[in-house]
Amino acid sequence: MSPLIQVRDLTRVYRRPRTSLTGGRHSVVALRDVSLDIQAGERFGIVGESGSGKSTLIRLLAGLDQPTSGSILFDGHEIAGAPERKLGFLRRQLQFVFQDPMGSLDPRMRVRHIVAEPLVAQGHPNPAQRVDELLEAVGLSPAAADRFPHQFSGGQRQRISIARALAPQPTVLVADEPVSALDVSVRAQILNLLLDLAEEFSLTLIFVSHDLAVVRRICDNVGVLHHGELVEHGPTRQLYDQPRHAYTRRLVAAVPTIRKALSGVDAEELARGVLSAGADPTDDPEEKAALES
Amino acid sequence: MSTETQPTSVEHTVKPVLAVEKLSVHAGDLTLVEDVSFAIGAGERVGLIGESGSGKSLTATSLMGLLPDGVHSEGSIRLDGVEHDLVGATQKQFSGLRGRRMAMVFQEPMTALNPTMRVGDQVAEVMLIHKTERSRADARTAAIRSLERVRLPDPEKIARAYPHQLSGGQRQRVVLAIALANGPELLLCDEPTTALDVTVQAHMLDLISTGIRERGSALLFITHDLAVVATICERVLVMYGGRIVESGTVREVFTNPRHPYTQGLIAASDLETDHAGGRLVTIPGSVPPAGSFPSGCVFRTRCDLATDQCAESPLWTGEPERGFACWNSGEHT
Repeated sequence: MSPLIQVRDLTRVYRRPRTSLTGGRHSVVALRDVSLDIQAGERFGIVGESGSGKSTLIRLLAGLDQPTSGSILFDGHEIAGAPERKLGFLRRQLQFVFQDPMGSLDPRMRVRHIVAEPLVAQGHPNPAQRVDELLEAVGLSPAAADRFPHQFSGGQRQRISIARALAPQPTVLVADEPVSALDVSVRAQILNLLLDLAEEFSLTLIFVSHDLAVVRRICDNVGVLHHGELVEHGPTRQLYDQPRHAYTRRLVAAVPTIRKALSGVDAEELARGVLSAGADPTDDPEEKAALES
Repeated sequence: MSTETQPTSVEHTVKPVLAVEKLSVHAGDLTLVEDVSFAIGAGERVGLIGESGSGKSLTATSLMGLLPDGVHSEGSIRLDGVEHDLVGATQKQFSGLRGRRMAMVFQEPMTALNPTMRVGDQVAEVMLIHKTERSRADARTAAIRSLERVRLPDPEKIARAYPHQLSGGQRQRVVLAIALANGPELLLCDEPTTALDVTVQAHMLDLISTGIRERGSALLFITHDLAVVATICERVLVMYGGRIVESGTVREVFTNPRHPYTQGLIAASDLETDHAGGRLVTIPGSVPPAGSFPSGCVFRTRCDLATDQCAESPLWTGEPERGFACWNSGEHT
């Protein structure tokens, strides 16, 4: 079976504005020759730290940005370089859940209209009934429909974003750090909800996070991005138990856990583990640039 | 290893660096923090864990005298060697203490640093204000040494940089260098690594840990991340709804949690163990907004064990150093 999403040699170079009148323009390679396959129904994790290119990659997958070179086949259709009028199918099939629900929900719209908006855009025959179904699916009461986003807690707002994302019956759900802004006790609820919904609606889940522990729990396969390159990808268990790339080893070593801590790994030990896992972690290009300027 | 995790015996003999008694914080009619008491011994590392609205940051800002207008505290906060109570102290009294006897590292280094001032000058400033270095030249040399101690590469160059020229991790190291510049007795950290990447976090935790050990400072580390607290602290206070619901050594609290909230929190953040049908353990409901927690036991609206008795505030069971506030938890043991 051919994969649902097939990415080949994807590169995105951003050109930065001039910093001086005489100097040349700098360019930043946000993504370099990334190739990966995502199968239908898979839960695929994308892991990386800030500046690793995670956001660039999902923006390209969603057709919100154009790659400098390379190709993205979505269900057999080329979306790299495709004009917006040909991306209608992608807008239906791929939906987003963002990190900060308050920033992605219109504060002046009632929940009913927020969730119904994608339905109206697609000419759904009975949006009202569908909204009720969706709110129930994400565990909100029908009464929630008449309220505004600010009247909900962070976890409930994230449920609203999920309901909106599910409205057009997508096949792919891209969750970009969906639980990073949530309290620990609520995080587990939202993760369970995503797992339940992915199962119920046979969704392909693309889960982006800086939190390795969360990705490990949710995803079947993981890709690790570092400085715009996909340094390693494979089945989650294998990647965590036997990381091959030095950066993956460093990342796994850096995550503090209660279990590690109780077995005697203190802060100094944790940092030593990161150092011994691979190359010097201060090879951050941002830090270098800061020093050289 | 397990024999070393009993810091309690030390505190009875030595006067604590910080003693908080019955601290409460009010904004108008709302009570945001209630009946918070704890003590921190010299060089001790204490974690304060809680979710949003738990009152952990308000507790820290009360200690530093940084409560916003319209919010006031009651009770008592004593810092060892300081004559007056910090509750009700004037800003003038606080300014003699902040940066000298106690210092704080905030979550967002960009807002904690002055964007128009070179970072070296900002480190030097705290030593000049408190007159721990006599001349500008001495302060500048000391500032570079401070930047070197937080392992910033090429400290002389960094000292001349402005905050926006540094990465997030470097900025937070500068903030730590400022906080530790005068060797404070107490360092407060409010989510200092939450905005950082995980590899950068590991180094920051190491720097905090090493920094306070070298200076003999005590640490109050505030976070929502249980794993981070377990890594850097020896003792932990669990806050929910403006109250301390459980306290004890990291080992006691994390291996034998007694309060249902602590139990739920630890189970919900355990992403490694498989539970019913491959799903995670959850705490039902969500954290109420600050000030609208139920009367009596603050956790009773989300608690499976809640009974009629919970309408009354639970008494503290155990010692101040190791105990919990729950009517029904005894049945589990």
